[in-house]
Amino acid sequence: MPEQLVFAMEVILNGLMAGVLYALVALGFVLIYKASGIFNYAQGVMALFAAMTLVGIMNGQVPFAHLINATFGTHIHYFGWNVPALFAIILTMGVMVLLAWCVQRFVMRHLVGQEPIILFMATIGLAYFLEGVADLMWGSEIKKLDVGLPQGINLWLDETTFNIFDYGFFIDNLDIVATIIAALLVAALVAFSQYTKQGRAMRAVADDHQAALSVGISLNFIWVMVWSVAGFVALVAGIMWGTKSGVQFSLSLIALKALPVLMLGGFTSIPGAIVGGLIIGVGEKLFEFAIGPLVGGATENWFAYVLALIFLVFRPQGLFGEKIIERV
Amino acid sequence: MNKKLVTLALSALMASGPALADLVIPDLSYRTGPYAAGGIPFSDGYNDYFTLLNERDGGIGGVPVRVVECETGYNTEKGVECYESTKGEGALVYQPLSTGITYQLIPKVTADGIPLHTMGYGRTSAANGKVFSNVFNYPANYWNGASGAINYLLDENGGDLSGKKIALVYHNSAYGKEPIRTLEMLAEKHGYELTLLPVDHPGQEQKSQWLQIRREKPDYVVMWGWGVMNQVAVQEAANIRFPMENFIGVWWSGAEFDVEPAGDKATGYKALTFTGLGDDYPVYDDLKKYVADAGKSAGAGDQMGAVQYNRGLYAAMLASEAIKTAQEMHSVADITPAMMRDGMEALEMTNAKMEGLGMSGFGPEFSVSCENHGGPGLVGVVQWDASTGTWNQIQEFKATDAEVIGQLIAEDSAAYAAENNISPRCE
Repeated sequence: MPEQLVFAMEVILNGLMAGVLYALVALGFVLIYKASGIFNYAQGVMALFAAMTLVGIMNGQVPFAHLINATFGTHIHYFGWNVPALFAIILTMGVMVLLAWCVQRFVMRHLVGQEPIILFMATIGLAYFLEGVADLMWGSEIKKLDVGLPQGINLWLDETTFNIFDYGFFIDNLDIVATIIAALLVAALVAFSQYTKQGRAMRAVADDHQAALSVGISLNFIWVMVWSVAGFVALVAGIMWGTKSGVQFSLSLIALKALPVLMLGGFTSIPGAIVGGLIIGVGEKLFEFAIGPLVGGATENWFAYVLALIFLVFRPQGLFGEKIIERV
Repeated sequence: MNKKLVTLALSALMASGPALADLVIPDLSYRTGPYAAGGIPFSDGYNDYFTLLNERDGGIGGVPVRVVECETGYNTEKGVECYESTKGEGALVYQPLSTGITYQLIPKVTADGIPLHTMGYGRTSAANGKVFSNVFNYPANYWNGASGAINYLLDENGGDLSGKKIALVYHNSAYGKEPIRTLEMLAEKHGYELTLLPVDHPGQEQKSQWLQIRREKPDYVVMWGWGVMNQVAVQEAANIRFPMENFIGVWWSGAEFDVEPAGDKATGYKALTFTGLGDDYPVYDDLKKYVADAGKSAGAGDQMGAVQYNRGLYAAMLASEAIKTAQEMHSVADITPAMMRDGMEALEMTNAKMEGLGMSGFGPEFSVSCENHGGPGLVGVVQWDASTGTWNQIQEFKATDAEVIGQLIAEDSAAYAAENNISPRCE
C-alpha cells in the first residue's frame, strides 16, 4: 500500500478521535439550545469552571483563598487533604447543579419571553462573570489534572498496524477513552430524553413552552435540569481537555472548536453534534495533511469554519437540524 | 474672569498631573486570560523588586518608585490603551511582555520620547540603536535564541549539523515567526534541513503537527511557544515518545508550568535562558524579609524563584540600574523619560554590580551603547528534571552567531528606517 495512503489512514483515525473531543463540547450547546432556544456562549467557560473546581476539590484548595487572605490577613491556601477523583467528580457535579440553579434563579427567570438575542447576550455576560469567579475562586495558575485516565500511544494499535502496513499508527489512549465516554454519554442522553418522564418533559418544553406549561410541566425545573446536564457535559469535556493540557484559562477557548461542529451538525440534534464533530475532525486533519504543507500549514482553525460554511450554504439548518418553516 | 479661568485650569492641571517626586514604572501585565499563567509570575517579580527597593532603600536615589499596573490580557488593543492611559503619569519605561503590543508601541514611544524595553522578545532588529532610538531588547533577542539553540546542537554533534533534520514548532503569530529567517540562514550555513510547523492560537490542538513529526522523524524539535501551546506540545511529544533531550524550547517555553502537566515524561526537555534559576541568590533573603514576610508581595507570594518570576525580577533590576545610571548622568534624582532613555543607552552590567545587588551570575555581563541596544546576546540552556521539579543549567551563557544575526538586524532595521524615513543616528 502506498506510504501516503497509510499516513492518510492514520490521520483519518486521529481526526475521528479529535472530532469526538469537539463533539463533547458541542453537546453542551445542543442540550441548552434544544430545551430553551438559547445559544449558550458560556459553555466553554462552564467546562473551564468545572475542571478548575474539580482540581481545586481534589487538591483540597481553599476556594477564594486570595480574597480571604487579602481581607482577613490570613495565609490559608489548602485544607491539607486530598479528595479521591471519583468523590471529587461527584462534588463538582453538585457545584454545577448549584450553578445551574443560580443561572436559572438569577438570570434566565428574569428574561423569560425576551428575544433570543437578549438571552444570547445574557450568556455572554455569564461567561465573563463565570471566568472572573473561577479566577477568584481557584487562581489563574495552570493545574495538573490526573483522574487516572490513561495517556500516551496505544501500543496494541501501534503493533497491530505495524504488522499490517509496516508502519505503526499513533492513537492516544486518552482519545480512545474520550470516544468511549462520548458514546456512553450520547446513549445516556438519548435514553434520558426518550424514556424518562423528565426527558419527555424536556422535549415538550423544547417543542412549545406554552403547551408544556398548560399540562403542568415546571419550566423552572426543566431549565435547571437542562443547565445541570449541560454542566455535566462541560465537566466531562473539561476533564478530557484538562488532562491533555493542564487546567488553565485557555480551556474556555475550546468553545471555538465547537462552533463549526454546531453549524454543521445543527443546533438541535445530539447525533448531529457527534456526526458534525467527526466530519470536522476528519476534514480539518485531512486538509492539513494534504494541503497544509503547500500553503504554509496552520489550516485547521479556518478550514473547520470553511467546511461548516459550505454545509451551511446548502443546508442552513445543519445536517440534522430541524427545518424551520415560517408562514407569513 | 480670565484670571479665574487660568487659576481653575492650573488647579485642574495640578490635580490631574503626575505626582511629583515619583519614579513611575507602568506594568502592562496580564493576570487574566489564556496567557495569565506566564503573565502573573513575571508581573509579580517585576513589582516585588521595586517594592523591595522602596521598602529597603527608600526608592532609587531617594525617590520612591510607583508601579502603575494595567491589565492587557495579552491583547494588543488593550496594551495600546494601557500605554495611552499611563504615559501621561510620567512613565519612565514600558515592558509589555508581548511582541504584538511591542510592534504597536514602537512608533508611539519613539514619538513620545519614552523608552521601551522588550527583554528577550519584541522586534529583534530593534537591537540596532541607530534606527530604533527608544527601543531596547538587551540582554538577548529571538535571533540570539535561534542561534543559541543551533549552537547548542552544534556542540552536541561535534560542530556538524549537515544532513540533520530540525523541525520548528511555532506559535503562528508575529512572536512565533521571529526566529524563522535566522533558522533558515543558519540552515544554509550549517547544512541542516528545516521543517516549519505552525500552530494556531491558542495551541490546544496540535495533533497534526506531532503526527507529522512522528512521520518525518526530525532529529531535533525547536519550539517557539507561549501559553497552552507549550504544555500541549510537551505532552504530545511525550505521547509520540519523541526523545525529550532532543526537544528545545525558547525561553518563553521553559517555565515550570510548561512541563509539570506532562509529569515524569517531561524529564529531559530543554529550554534556552538568559536569566538565573531558582532562589539561591542573596537578593531573595531581602525579598523575603522586606516584601514577602511583610505581606507586600504583588501576588500570592508563591512564585518566588520560579522561572518567569525571575525574568520579571531581572527586568525590574535592569530598569532600576538604568534609572541609577540616568540619575548619575544627569545629576538629578527625579528623572524624565528622556533621561531614562539615556540611562538605558549607557547601561553597563558587570559581575561586580550584580554581586552588589545580591544577584551574582543572575544574568550575563553586558553593556549597551548608542549603536547596540541588544546587548551581547548570550544564551544558556537548561534542562527539566521532573523527579526534583527543577530546571538545571546544562550550558552557561554562551555567544551566538554575531555574523548572521548582525546581517539580519542590519537588513531588517534598514528596511524599517526606509519605510519610516528615519535617519540613522550615533554618527
